[in-house]
Amino acid sequence: MKKISGKTTKRIALALGAALACAALAGCGSPSSAGKNGELYVYNWGEYIDPDTLTMFEEETGIKVIYDEYDTNETMYPKVAAGASVYDVICPSDYMVNKMIDNDLLQELNFDNMPNALSNIGASYYDTAEEFDPGNKYFVPYCWGTVGILYNTSMVDEPVTSWSILWNEKYKDNILMQDSVRDAFMVALKLNGSSMNTLDVNELEAARDALIEQRPLVQAWVIDEVRDKMIGGEAALGVIYSGEAIYTQRENSDLEYVIPQEGTNVWLDGWVIPKNAANKENAEKFIDFMCRGDIALMNFEYITYSTPNTAAQALIKDEDIRNSEIAFPDLSQYNNLETFTYLGEEGDELYNQYWKEARSQ
Amino acid sequence: MSRLYGAVRKFYIALIFLFLYAPIATLIVLSFNASKTRAKWGGFTLKWYQSLFGNDIILQALWNTLAIAFLSALIATVIGTVACISMQNMRRSTRSLIMGVTNIPMLNADIVTGISLMLLFISIGIRFGFGTILLAHITFNIPYVILSVMPRMKQLNPSTYEAALDLGASHIQAFFKVVFPDILPGIFSGFLMAFTMSLDDFIITHFTKGPGIDTLSTKIYTEVKKGIKPEMYALSTIIFVSVLILLLLINYTPRAGHKKAR
Amino acid sequence: MNRKLLSAPYLFWSALFILVPLCMVFYYGLTDKTGAFTLENILAIATPEHSKALWEALKLAFVSTVICLLLAYPLAMILCGMNSHKDSFIVLIFILPMWMNFLLRTMAWQSLLEKTGVINGILGFLHLPSLNIINTPAAIVLGMVYNFLPFMVLPIYNVLVKIDKNIVNAARDLGANPFQTFLKILLPLSLPGIFSGITMVFVPALTTFVISRVLGGGKILLIGNIIEEEFTKTDNWNLGSGLSIVLMLFIIFNMVISAVTDKDGEVNAL
Repeated sequence: MKKISGKTTKRIALALGAALACAALAGCGSPSSAGKNGELYVYNWGEYIDPDTLTMFEEETGIKVIYDEYDTNETMYPKVAAGASVYDVICPSDYMVNKMIDNDLLQELNFDNMPNALSNIGASYYDTAEEFDPGNKYFVPYCWGTVGILYNTSMVDEPVTSWSILWNEKYKDNILMQDSVRDAFMVALKLNGSSMNTLDVNELEAARDALIEQRPLVQAWVIDEVRDKMIGGEAALGVIYSGEAIYTQRENSDLEYVIPQEGTNVWLDGWVIPKNAANKENAEKFIDFMCRGDIALMNFEYITYSTPNTAAQALIKDEDIRNSEIAFPDLSQYNNLETFTYLGEEGDELYNQYWKEARSQ
Repeated sequence: MSRLYGAVRKFYIALIFLFLYAPIATLIVLSFNASKTRAKWGGFTLKWYQSLFGNDIILQALWNTLAIAFLSALIATVIGTVACISMQNMRRSTRSLIMGVTNIPMLNADIVTGISLMLLFISIGIRFGFGTILLAHITFNIPYVILSVMPRMKQLNPSTYEAALDLGASHIQAFFKVVFPDILPGIFSGFLMAFTMSLDDFIITHFTKGPGIDTLSTKIYTEVKKGIKPEMYALSTIIFVSVLILLLLINYTPRAGHKKAR
Repeated sequence: MNRKLLSAPYLFWSALFILVPLCMVFYYGLTDKTGAFTLENILAIATPEHSKALWEALKLAFVSTVICLLLAYPLAMILCGMNSHKDSFIVLIFILPMWMNFLLRTMAWQSLLEKTGVINGILGFLHLPSLNIINTPAAIVLGMVYNFLPFMVLPIYNVLVKIDKNIVNAARDLGANPFQTFLKILLPLSLPGIFSGITMVFVPALTTFVISRVLGGGKILLIGNIIEEEFTKTDNWNLGSGLSIVLMLFIIFNMVISAVTDKDGEVNAL
């Protein structure tokens, strides 16, 4: 009869213990003491900040930053709404800010504590923010951009000007779509000439049918994996946020980014302070720090998303980047640009229902 | 005939090994890739190993992962084994009832277990963090221990235990001399399973973790979106190689006292 | 008796951390957003999207479980036949892959299977036709088998290793051929392990959402994906709980089956 002998078992257990001890030693190297001026819980998109700026903030203010990341507005919302986790600063997008205001999850900011937020952020961005944050009470812009088509010039030989190329049989299995309800419907609604904030059932059904029709051509519905897949030449066309375009072009020079003629989504992400925040003062210090020209520049260079920070824009040394159509597009030449608005609970449900139907065909 | 059987056997094992280790080989290769994205080979480099040791965030996540895995597996093994022993003498209906409850975390979608625990923690007002993750991991680890120990228990011959009692052993002595050695492999594989399950868990941790605490899984999940940082491949390679070396050491050290242990 | 007392910690634990949270899921599943009683969340399984996702998940989980069993049983037998000096090592080799993170390994399969991936690179080099299974159900099944195979091997191995070699030898002596020995001796004796294995594979396969997302490219929605999205994206916990309750019906079904076979297992062991 065979079995693992007791001796062997003991030895393995000892070995596991030893491994754990080694790991413990490695783990102890990291600092974990609280800052002398308190703490700050930040909840931001994945890879949406230059980590060095966090270290600088900690050194300058003595506030310890506890940093956490999420992947979509929709995954952030339930966490904050449930009150399971208490954060001091969050970075949602336009329509989500609106939803959070509506559901009484945010508190008003005191701009007196944030001089940089007033002086450095372009006034036009606050004007845009009025749409979802009337009176500019809750929101300080951090990054903005558009959604467009990233394509590989070695695989697509015709000019890309319209969303309709994503319905072209020629590119079967070579198309990457955004796996998020608002972005996917934006593409289909814009293709049909509708508003991307429509609540018209007929328009939504038409968009859903367009997505169903497109389904066999789509290689995958993904979110930010588009970046890696496009760099690797896995697909010819992908729907992507403008901020990723510069990064992907650096890695693969065959890639081009266009805003289709039917128009697209102009989005704006920024800082808000949730109602249940425990460290409001520190949060405002943090927002102010992020609005400093040099810090905003560091972040821009690290994440390559367009910054609304005029002080940072002036500091950009690279002429090509400063004048880049992708980083700072002149939006006046496009028609039909829109910003997502919060559609209310019923609107959300409607979109979600159609989105589910589109994907399960 | 038996030589042919031996060859087929070896071939089969080799095939399964290839299947199990192909992705791991891929990860190891990626850890030496100079290019930051996994889609492109940019030449051989060791720089990710270097930067790994300067990366406090990943090291902290590693520490959290190991500490939670070890503690939760240990506690689950104790609770689970004790539960198995106590269930032996129960009426069958009671036992099936308990086993039914035991099966719930295993049979339930991880997401539901995660969410339901989150609801519980919110309602009793525990602060989310290391503690909540640990409680959740113990909960889903116990069934793995029980399911590993139970089959061993069932194969036990009850008369050996009774014989020990007849020969004057106390219940505790009889248990440790007769029952325990027989179920030990089950306990051990249960512990190991619990440890690995905890190490591997993502979903439940995701729902029970608090701000600022990450295990490797949740860290990777936030990174999946923008492409995994190559340091993560380097770390996985190190973990893998060290576990492998440990196993080789265990296997090839002289086995003094082996007979005595039998 | 003191044995009864021994069960107390576990009973307390399972009541607090299994049953109470479960009641909360039932509460959510049986109420609407205002807190009023409703069956709507459970009946929602009948809508075409949801029933298709459930059917798809059942299908893929079933296929994966069968493949796992077919691969694992011979493997467990081979492992049992190996010399005892190596056995713990061999078993550990099979759970060793799990020490590399599950998400990372599944991602690695993506790198292997992609259109421009490693496997197609090798096939192209050998002038063989390329393999296009990424983002199809086949890739998901592969991912499931890969991730859950050890859960099938270990319980079967654990039982097989306990079977007295003398019984097998006796059967041989009495003239049974290897096939008969397997059918009449090994298989019945190893049933408890097989059923443990089936439970351990089928359930996570049925409820997974990560594998289908990473290897299915978001094109194949399983019931796990639907439930996950209700909780984490759509933020409709009532519907998510309702659909989970439906999933639990399958759990109860599974429990009944294992309870029945459990009895058989014990009868055979006597």
